[in-house]
Parts: sequence; structure tokens; C-alpha cells
Amino acid sequence: MTAARQTWQVTLRGIRVLLRNPAYLGITLTQPIIWLLLFGALFKAITKIPGFHGGSYINFLTPGIVVMLAVSSAGWSGMGFIEDMAAGVLERELVSPVWRGALNAGTVLYSALVVSLQTVLIVLLALALGANYVGGLGGVLLLILVAALLAAAFSSLSNGVAMLARQREALIGAVSFVLLPLTFLSSALMQQSLVPGWIRTIARFNPVNWAVEAGRSAAMQHIDWGLVLSRLGLLLALVLICAALATRAFSTYQRSL
Amino acid sequence: MTAAIEAIDLKKTYPPDVQALKGLSMSVETGTIFGLLGPNGAGKSTTVRVLSTLTRPDSGTARVAGIDVLADPIGVRRAIGVVGQKHGGAPEATGRENLTAQGEFYGISGRELRGRVAGVLERFGLSDAAERQVKTYSGGMQRRLDIAMGLLHRPQVLFLDEPTTGLDPEARVGMWQEIERLAAEERMTILITTHYMDEADRLAARLAIVDRGRIVVEGTAAELKSALEGDRIEIELAAGDGDGDGAAARAGAQLALERIDGVGEVSLGDGTLYARARDGGAAIPAVLAALDSHGVGVASVTMARPSLDDVYLRHAGRAFRAADSEHEEVAA
Repeated sequence: MTAARQTWQVTLRGIRVLLRNPAYLGITLTQPIIWLLLFGALFKAITKIPGFHGGSYINFLTPGIVVMLAVSSAGWSGMGFIEDMAAGVLERELVSPVWRGALNAGTVLYSALVVSLQTVLIVLLALALGANYVGGLGGVLLLILVAALLAAAFSSLSNGVAMLARQREALIGAVSFVLLPLTFLSSALMQQSLVPGWIRTIARFNPVNWAVEAGRSAAMQHIDWGLVLSRLGLLLALVLICAALATRAFSTYQRSL
Repeated sequence: MTAAIEAIDLKKTYPPDVQALKGLSMSVETGTIFGLLGPNGAGKSTTVRVLSTLTRPDSGTARVAGIDVLADPIGVRRAIGVVGQKHGGAPEATGRENLTAQGEFYGISGRELRGRVAGVLERFGLSDAAERQVKTYSGGMQRRLDIAMGLLHRPQVLFLDEPTTGLDPEARVGMWQEIERLAAEERMTILITTHYMDEADRLAARLAIVDRGRIVVEGTAAELKSALEGDRIEIELAAGDGDGDGAAARAGAQLALERIDGVGEVSLGDGTLYARARDGGAAIPAVLAALDSHGVGVASVTMARPSLDDVYLRHAGRAFRAADSEHEEVAA
């Protein structure tokens, strides 16, 4: 109970930062819209590629954009800790008996909530652009869940990198380094049968691809439960492993003080 | 009387080779204010970090409120309050929100927490600012909030790491009054680190001077000062002849001063000669004559009753301000 309340306090802090900073809120809410419109326009002709069978362009791209945004959004999570180190906030938290897991879990929950909200915006805009959610409301909820899980995993990873590297530049580098390759090494923007075999091989181990496949199957197609549940399981395992690693990174940081 | 803080032979080295603590031992009696005084980089903050479980020593042991910092860090964290050098409040949250989150981190919640938050807001004069974001607070208000956050869970031992650094003189005096009130009314054990002599002099019942990772002397301010017999004479030498012949002349003058009856502890540093005299007024003419006969020019002469600065000079072998700026040069 105490752990849950402590986690919620950390989440609440993130929500306050978002709501009290109009520019940050504005960017958070418009980014999904811009990404969907931009990538939609860019990849509109994808349906004309011989061998493409993913349905309409908006049906194919929507889960891809959702997942890409989840990684990008959650990837910055660790930045808050780097600011807290410089400000003395982290030091105050670390001399308190607060459960270290709550410091990580609170920001992870915040990232998952923001990404869920962004996913809802993308889903609604895509609907207006003619997306056909074959999986119905249940499918859409599964897509949101998948995005939230992926965001949770990357939020922990980002926090871990922040605690170990302790520098803004290092975290910016890590996020930029990871985002595009992980997106391109998945079926987010391109059907798997149309990409080189080695990319297909790598994609099998890429959490971004697990999320795209599960989200696309659940929301846009006749759901393949085997695929969706197995990918959900993998993502959940990843979330737990990343959270454990990030929590350990707090002790590593403390040892360096 | 039992010790609220007991540290034995703490050592800590930071990579690559900075020895922050070189075997520091100290003991603080329950219910007293203890001052750790020293220049920047002496090891004061590292001591607080070790005692507050923020970091572990390479060797040595410490007990705070009777609990071993290495064996039971969580137990120590429950028993202590820490006010760090930097403001620990979340800037975008209000004072009340910060205090509420802090309380939850210490396992306090519900009505009990709301009551305590209202209580400390009132006590530290922050009730009117309770719903304002902390980033709009003045430096003094932020400091009061820091202390309110450190006291919310009613710790047995409070650590104040340079609590008045960066405050304007008025806020500084206000902070001193607050710390005195805490000690008097709550009978709390307070460890305060400072590099202000006057702060240690005024607040600390006992104090220890820290230099280069060790405690060089410990006692009450009065004890430390009265251990220094006589007045302190400080002679600022004329600039420009510190090299070659000038340096030799200065060394000669130093020896000559030591031979004057009633004058001792002569040291030369940074263009200034320091000496101690049983009766300063009587010794000055002889001192000036000796300097003159060695051809050493004098820019100014100061005489003073013993101060903590002198205590530091005696035990660390150099002036406090010189040590302070020496560290800044190393850091820069």
C-alpha cells in the first residue's frame, strides 16, 4: 500500500509538470497529430507497392505511428532524473526511506499514461481519416495497452541510462540512436514481406516490432489471439526486467556519490 | 549521555585519487548542536553523505540514532532529517504538494499527514504561500520549506549541510534563530556543516574543525579559543619583494621575530606574516623593528583577540581563507 502511494506521488509530480507547463502540454498533444498527418502523407502510396496487402494506408500506418510515438515519448523519461540530480531533488529523495522502485515505477506509470492519451488522439484522428477498426473497441483498447507497455519498458530503460550516464547529452544520444533503427527494423512503416530477410530476422527480437504486430492484429485485423497474447507476454516480461534494472541503477548511482 | 552520532575512522576516496575522508572520527551527544567547520573541500559534505546513508564509506563505521549506517540504512533514513546544500523541493509543485509527497515517502499518510503538513507550513511562516509553486518562492522561503520537509517526519537527528550558503544576511539571521529554536524546544540533535566561522561560533555547542578529510581539533568554541594564548598579529608585507633577495629577507625576518620575547607561532604565507603574542600591543614595536632591520616593507599591521580563524590556522597550519581559495583553484 505504501509502495503504491509513493509510486502515485511520483506519477502525480509528472502530471503536474505536464499540466502546469502549457508549452510542454501543447507539444505533447500536437505531436501525435503531426506525426500521423506527416507519416500518413509520406507513406500514402505504400498500398501501391506490388505485394502489399495491409489494407488502406491509414489502417496500416496507425499502429506503426502509435508505437513509434510510444518509444519517442517514453525515451525522454530519464531527463527528469538528470534535472533532479542537478537541483538536489534526487538527493532529498534518496536520503528518505522511500522505496527506490517507486521512484522508477512512478515515472514509468506517468509515461504509460501520457502515451495512452497520445494513442487515443491518434486513434481518433485516424478514424476521421477513414481508418477501419476491425477489432472494435476491444481491439483499440488492446492497441492502447500494447503502446503503454512499450512506453513503460522504454521509460525504465531511459531512467536507467539517466542514472548511469548522469548527463543530458548521453541520454539525448541514446534516444536518437535507438528510435529510428528500432522503428525501421520493425513492421511499423513497412510490411515485413517487402523488407530484406535480415531485417525480418532482427525484427523478431525487436520489442517495437512485437508491439506493432500485436497492436495491428488487435485493432486493425481479425485478431490473432496467439500472436497478440504471446507479444503481450513478451512485452510484460520486458517491462518487469527493465524496471528491475532501472531500480538497481539507483543504488549504482548512490555508490558513486 | 549517549551519542546520537558516532563515526569511527571513516575513509572515502573518489576516483581517480581524491581522498575526501582520511580516517574521520567524531561523536555527537544527543540533544546538542554540533558544528563541522572547514573550508570548501575539507570533507564536511562527504561526512554528511556517509552519515545520512547517501553513500557508503570505503572503510570505517558509523552509527546514527544508535543504528549502524551500513547494516541498516533504511532504519537510519527513518530516524534522520536531511537538509542538503541545494533546495530539494520540486519547483513546479506547491509547498503543500511538496510536503505531502515528502510525508508519503516517509510512510505518513491520510489525516495524520494533512495535519502535520498544515502544522509545519504554519510554523515556518509558509501558510500563505502553501498553494504557490515553489519556483516562485524567495531564497529564504525555499530554505524554510527545505527545513520544513526535513522535519515533517519528526526525526531524532537533523543534518543541515551549509544551511545559510547563498542566503542574504537577513534570511541568514532568521535561519540561525530557527535552528536555535529547534535545538531549544525540540531537544533535537543537529549536525550543521558550515564554512562560516561566525555561524559555527554562534550556533554550535561543540564544534570540530575539519581539514583535508580529518578532524583536526574539537571542543566548544570557547575552549578552542581559550586554548590559544594571547593575541594574533597579522602583518601584510609590502608587495613586490617576494622573490630572490626579498624572499631571503622575509625568511630572515621570520626567524628574527621568533626570537623576540613573548612572540611565537610565526608563520609566513601568501605575503602575510602571522604571529601570536602574549601581549600584542607591547610586541608590535619590536616586531616592526625586526622587520625594518631585515629590509622587509610592511603594508599593514592588524592585531586581534583569538578567533575561530586563529584556531583553524593553529591546527591546519594555514589561514582558513587561503585553504578555501586553494580548493577553488583545484576545482577550477
